[in-house]
Amino acid sequence: MAQMTMIQAIKDAMRVELQRDPNVVIFGEDVGKVGGVFRATEGLQAEFGEDRVYDTPLAESAIGGMAVGMAVQGFRPVMEIQFIGFIFEAFDQIAVQAARMRYRSGGRYNAPITIRTPFGGGVKAAELHTDPLEGLLVQTPGIKVVVPSNPYDAKGLLISAIRDNDPVFFMEHLNLYRSFRQEVPEGEYTVPIGKANVVREGSDVTIITYGAMVHTSLKAAEEIEKSRGVKVEVIDLRTLMPLDIDTIVESIKKTNRAIVVQEAQRTAGIAAEVIAQINEKAILHLEAPVLRVAPPDTVYPFAQIEDQWLPNPAKIVAGINQVLDF
Amino acid sequence: MSKPYEVRADEVQPLSVLDTNGNVVNEAAMPKLSDEQLKELMRRMVFTRTWDQRAVNLTRQGRLGFYAPVSGQEATMIGSEFALNKDDFICPGYRDMPQIVWHGLPMYQAFLYSRGHQHGGQIPEGVHVLMPQIIIGAQILHAMGVAMAFKKRNEQRVAITYTGDGGSSEGDFYEGLNYAGAFKLPAIFVVQNNGYAITTPFSKQTAAQSIAHKAVAAGIAGVQVDGMDVLAVYKAVQEAAERGRSGNGATLIEAITYRYLPHSMSGDDPSKYRTKEETAEWEQKDPLHRFRIYLKNKGLWTDEEEAQVVEDAKATVADQIKKAETTEKMTIPGLIDSMFETTPKHLEEQKADYLA
Repeated sequence: MAQMTMIQAIKDAMRVELQRDPNVVIFGEDVGKVGGVFRATEGLQAEFGEDRVYDTPLAESAIGGMAVGMAVQGFRPVMEIQFIGFIFEAFDQIAVQAARMRYRSGGRYNAPITIRTPFGGGVKAAELHTDPLEGLLVQTPGIKVVVPSNPYDAKGLLISAIRDNDPVFFMEHLNLYRSFRQEVPEGEYTVPIGKANVVREGSDVTIITYGAMVHTSLKAAEEIEKSRGVKVEVIDLRTLMPLDIDTIVESIKKTNRAIVVQEAQRTAGIAAEVIAQINEKAILHLEAPVLRVAPPDTVYPFAQIEDQWLPNPAKIVAGINQVLDF
Repeated sequence: MSKPYEVRADEVQPLSVLDTNGNVVNEAAMPKLSDEQLKELMRRMVFTRTWDQRAVNLTRQGRLGFYAPVSGQEATMIGSEFALNKDDFICPGYRDMPQIVWHGLPMYQAFLYSRGHQHGGQIPEGVHVLMPQIIIGAQILHAMGVAMAFKKRNEQRVAITYTGDGGSSEGDFYEGLNYAGAFKLPAIFVVQNNGYAITTPFSKQTAAQSIAHKAVAAGIAGVQVDGMDVLAVYKAVQEAAERGRSGNGATLIEAITYRYLPHSMSGDDPSKYRTKEETAEWEQKDPLHRFRIYLKNKGLWTDEEEAQVVEDAKATVADQIKKAETTEKMTIPGLIDSMFETTPKHLEEQKADYLA
C-alpha cells in the first residue's frame, strides 16, 4: 500500500496496464516526453518507450481516429483529450465511430478505447477546460462513462476501463487530482464499472452524486447531522453509464427521500435520468419528490463567479431540508 | 516569376498511360501486368458497370435501399484495389462498395448494407476492410490509425482510404494527411474527384489548383492521375503502396474521374446542375471504352468475352440479391446484444420487453 493522490493513482493504473498488455498504447497532446499537462503520464514514456507512449500533433479528431483505426487492428488505445471542452473536436470519432463500431459491424470489430479527459470546476481554469459534459456522453449509446471521486477508485476503475472491450470515457476531476491522498494498493486490482458505492451510511435521506460533488455532499451530510440530527446516506455513482439503479433503489427503500447533486447544469448531467428511474422503480417508497441540486442552465461560468455557480454544502443542506420538510 | 518568399503552386498534369482511344501515351509509366491480369482488370470493370446498372434498377424497384452509383469511376475503383495485396486494409467511403467487394466482401452483404441490415457490416474474417463510412472524412482518420498499427508492428501492409472531391474540404481530411505525414505512415489517401459533391461543383470547394496539391500542406507525396485510365490508376497506387511498405510514408492520390449517374438514388437530379454536353464529353473518356480498345488491339479481348462477363454479372447480382432478401430478419434483442461485449443490466431489462 502507498499513499497516493488521484493523479498518482491514475498514472499507476496506466503503468500496470502497459506492463501487463503489450497492446496498450497511450497517446495525446504532450503525454509523452513531458508526461502530460498534469503529469498523469509522467515517466511512462521513459519506462515503456516512444512506441508505447507518444505525443501527437494537435488535433483531437485525429487522436480519436487514430484510436479507432488502431483498435480495429487489435491495439488497446488509451487516448487523452487534454481538456473536456475539446472533445467537441473529437466528438464524431468518440460518439459516432468508436461508440458504434461493435454495433455497425455486428460484432466483427470492437473499439477497446479508453478516453481520458480532465474536467471539473473549482480551479478557476480558462474557458472550456472544466465543463461537465458527461450528460452528452451518457446519451451516446455504445459508450460507458466513468467518474472516479478518489485515488483508490480512480486506479481500480481505470484498470477496468482499459481492460473493457468497449469504449470507456474516463473523466478525471481537476479539483480532485491532488486535493488529498489515500491508501492505494500496489499492483493490479479492479473496481467494477457499473457499480455505485455507498460512501456514507444513513437512514433519513439519500444523496446521489459523483465526482467532486461526493466530497461536497459529505460535508453537507456532516453539517446537517450536526445541526438537525439528520442521518444522510451518500451514494457515489462512480459510473454514470451504465447506471447502478439497484444501489439507489435499495437506499431509497431505507431512507424514503433523495436528492441528486451534480456539478452539471440542471438539464445536463445525469440527475434527470436518475430521478426518472427512481420514479419508475421506487415511487411507492418515496415520501417526497426527488430534487436536484445543480447549477443553473447557463454556459459554464467565468472563473470569477465559479464558486457561486457550483453547488456547495449550504445549497445541498437546503435541498435536504426541502425534501425532509415536504 | 514569383517572389522567393511566396509559396507558389504550379499546375499539375495527371499521370496518364492510355489516351481516350486506347493508345499508349506514356510507355514509361506502363505497369508490369501479365495478359491475364490485364484481362482480369477489364473483366472486373465490365462486371462492376453491369452490377451498378442492375443495382440502380433494384433501387428503383425498392429491392435495395441507400445506393451511390459508381458508373464512370470503375478505373479508379478497380485499378486501385487491384494494386493492393489482400492483407492491405481498405477504409471505404459510402460509394466505395466495388473496392471492398473485390477485396473479399460477399456481394450479398453489400446489398444488405444497402437495405439497412446489420449483417451487411459483419465483414468476414480475413477480409481486410471496414464498413462503408457515411461521415465524410472519418474514414481518412481510420486509415491513418490502421497504418499506425501496421507501422508499430513492422508489417509490410498499407491502409488505403477513399473520399470524393467534396471530402477534401473536411477538417478530418487534412488531419488524417497531416498525421500520416508526421508519423510517416504507410497510408494511401485516394480522392476520387468526379467534379461534384452532390450538386456543388469542385470550383466551389477550393481555390486550390488541385486536390493533389493539398499533400504539400501535410508534407506527404501528392499525385494526380487520370482516373478514367485504369493502368494509370494502377501505376499510381502501386507506387504509393511501395512507398508505404518501404517506410517512405503516405501518398495523396487525386484521381480525375466522373460519375455518369446521380450522386445517390435518393432523389438527386444531375440535370439540374450538369449540362448534356459535359456528360457527353466525359462519355468520350469512358474507362471501359479506352481499355477495351487497348486490349482488342493486343488481341486480348473480344465482344463475346465481354458479353459473357455481362451475363455473369447479371446472374451474380440476381443470385446475391436473392441471398440478401432471404437473410434472416433482424430483431431488437439482437441489436441490443450487439451493443457491448457484455449486455448491461438496463439493456437486458429493455430486451425483456421485446421477448415477452
